[in-house]
Amino acid sequence: MYRYDEFDHAFVRERVAEFKGQVERRLSGQLTEDEFKPLRLRNGLYLQLHAYMLRIAIPYGVLSPKQLRQLAMIGRRWDRGYGHFTTRQNLQFNWVKLVDIPDVLAALAEVEMHCIQTSGNCVRNVTADPFAGAANDELEDPRPWCEILRQWSTLHPEFSWLPRKFKIAISGAAEDRAAIAFHDIGLKIVRGPDGENGFRVLVGGGMGRIPYVGQEIRAFLPKQHLLSYIESILRVYNLYGRRDNIHKARIKILVNKLGIDAFREAVEADWEATHKDAIDLPEDERKRIMSYFAPPDLAPRPIGDEALDQRRAADPIFANWLKHNVRPHRVPGYSTVVVSLKEPGRTPGDASSEAMELVADLAERFSRGEARVNYTQNLMLPHVATSDVVAIYDILVENGLATGNHDLLGDMICCPGLDYCNLANARSIPIAKEIAKRFEDPKRQEMIGPLRLNMSGCINACGHHHSGNIGILGVDKKGTELYQISLGGNPKDDAAIGTIIGPGFRAEAVPQAIDTIIETYLAERTGDETFLDTWRRVGAQPFKEALYAAR
Amino acid sequence: MPNVITANRLIDGIVVYLAAGGEWTEEIGRARLAETEEDTKALEQEAAHDVDARKVVAVYPMEVAVQDGEVDPLSVRERIRAAHRTTLTKDWYDVPL
Repeated sequence: MYRYDEFDHAFVRERVAEFKGQVERRLSGQLTEDEFKPLRLRNGLYLQLHAYMLRIAIPYGVLSPKQLRQLAMIGRRWDRGYGHFTTRQNLQFNWVKLVDIPDVLAALAEVEMHCIQTSGNCVRNVTADPFAGAANDELEDPRPWCEILRQWSTLHPEFSWLPRKFKIAISGAAEDRAAIAFHDIGLKIVRGPDGENGFRVLVGGGMGRIPYVGQEIRAFLPKQHLLSYIESILRVYNLYGRRDNIHKARIKILVNKLGIDAFREAVEADWEATHKDAIDLPEDERKRIMSYFAPPDLAPRPIGDEALDQRRAADPIFANWLKHNVRPHRVPGYSTVVVSLKEPGRTPGDASSEAMELVADLAERFSRGEARVNYTQNLMLPHVATSDVVAIYDILVENGLATGNHDLLGDMICCPGLDYCNLANARSIPIAKEIAKRFEDPKRQEMIGPLRLNMSGCINACGHHHSGNIGILGVDKKGTELYQISLGGNPKDDAAIGTIIGPGFRAEAVPQAIDTIIETYLAERTGDETFLDTWRRVGAQPFKEALYAAR
Repeated sequence: MPNVITANRLIDGIVVYLAAGGEWTEEIGRARLAETEEDTKALEQEAAHDVDARKVVAVYPMEVAVQDGEVDPLSVRERIRAAHRTTLTKDWYDVPL
């Protein structure tokens, strides 16, 4: 993984010192809250419902054991012993004190982490396929390009005050596991006409109150032009994006107002006129960054493992976990293990300091010193010898982290909602827990098959409800929490926005409504259709009838 | 209905309520009740002074109900704030609010 050079260290240390001074000036009265707020937000510090919340960037979801241990220490020393992994491959602490923030930032800097640009109208943490460098369907590792974009976008003078925040995601694999079509810019590494790899570029995707699926602005962009082309996209957005209405300020609104063809023309014209050949990354710098992402030295091993096969045959719970939470690695005899943070009864995405330390130990012992976080709010061990999978499972079981529900109904995305968030209109965590309880039986989840259930506590859609096969949106209706259900969303290739199925449900009725939707799907399903397949074939009508006929 | 004044404490962001003697308390039950609009404005002025004194931020008045001596914050949002809840615990299946 990337390691800070002297410049990076000095830059982050200077930033910590700068914010320390700003905190001191706030506490001594030299800065009012109005003056301080934009400064703290630039450093990822929000004032939420109960306390300050600190959002820490985990660049493209990659974590070292040292970093995980430091996060665990921070959680224990300055928070309440846990953190919340988010849908943007970030970690949030919910109870940090303002007076402690300079110490927390200094502790993060020690392990090459920071909170810069985790808020504000700038380019945010660039996210990636969490299986990067390990997936067996990958054309090229996207992480070096994420790092290049990170370095380019950090404190970029032209793009630090955009009309609104800006999110970029990159996938280098056949399957989209980074929801690239729901980002301001989505990049997919593809093979070009001359056999070289480059980028398919999507623009204008996003969630929020007006969701859009990203549209193709370029079918193939040679890699050497990535920075200049993205600069041109951002420049056109910076010039023409709306600043008069926060709800219409994202690039998706501009792209859809102009139309993708007119937007493309504007971008291409800027690109031709300005930087097409001028500013892209020098070759030696590109090579320097690439060198940090050399694949780990994994000697191929036998694919089969006798102990694992025996355990699978004898232990159905293990077999279920193995089927869903362990994916084949690109190197024969290795696997990637998903450590579920979705045990029924717990808050989705929350991890205790002990859990972080455990995953750090496992990463060190079994996964070449690397862990990951995915945008669906789980941790991962990317490079594990398949013969070690049983040992890892037994340790996870002892620590309540072996729930075998990856990409099943129980693997819900869930924002913090009204239990923490100042913007939320409704709670999401208790609803997720009630649904998890109802569908706790692994056999039932197995029968239902792959299903993405996403939930947000407000229209800002941090919980990605628009892209859930089943999406739940909490709203406030005259002081009562009400939950709107949408069906048919899809975050992957062939991305789609869910369709609102009808009037909303009160909180206590949501689990039964989800049950009714699932039973309708199972009744309508033919062959081995997934929920999405069935939805696409039968449409809304059977679901509407089942949900509302008796009303 | 009476009002209380709520805010977040500057140094740690914790939810607080203006109590007797100008103190800020984490317990909503100890909050001072303003029965009239005039009383509410007087408390707001007191709170504004504490914003300047860097004790609290994000001050606002909110309506409450008082039943059998218990202060009820009325909205789900304010009940959650008043409860200072955390969500790590397993089997924290929610109590109805």
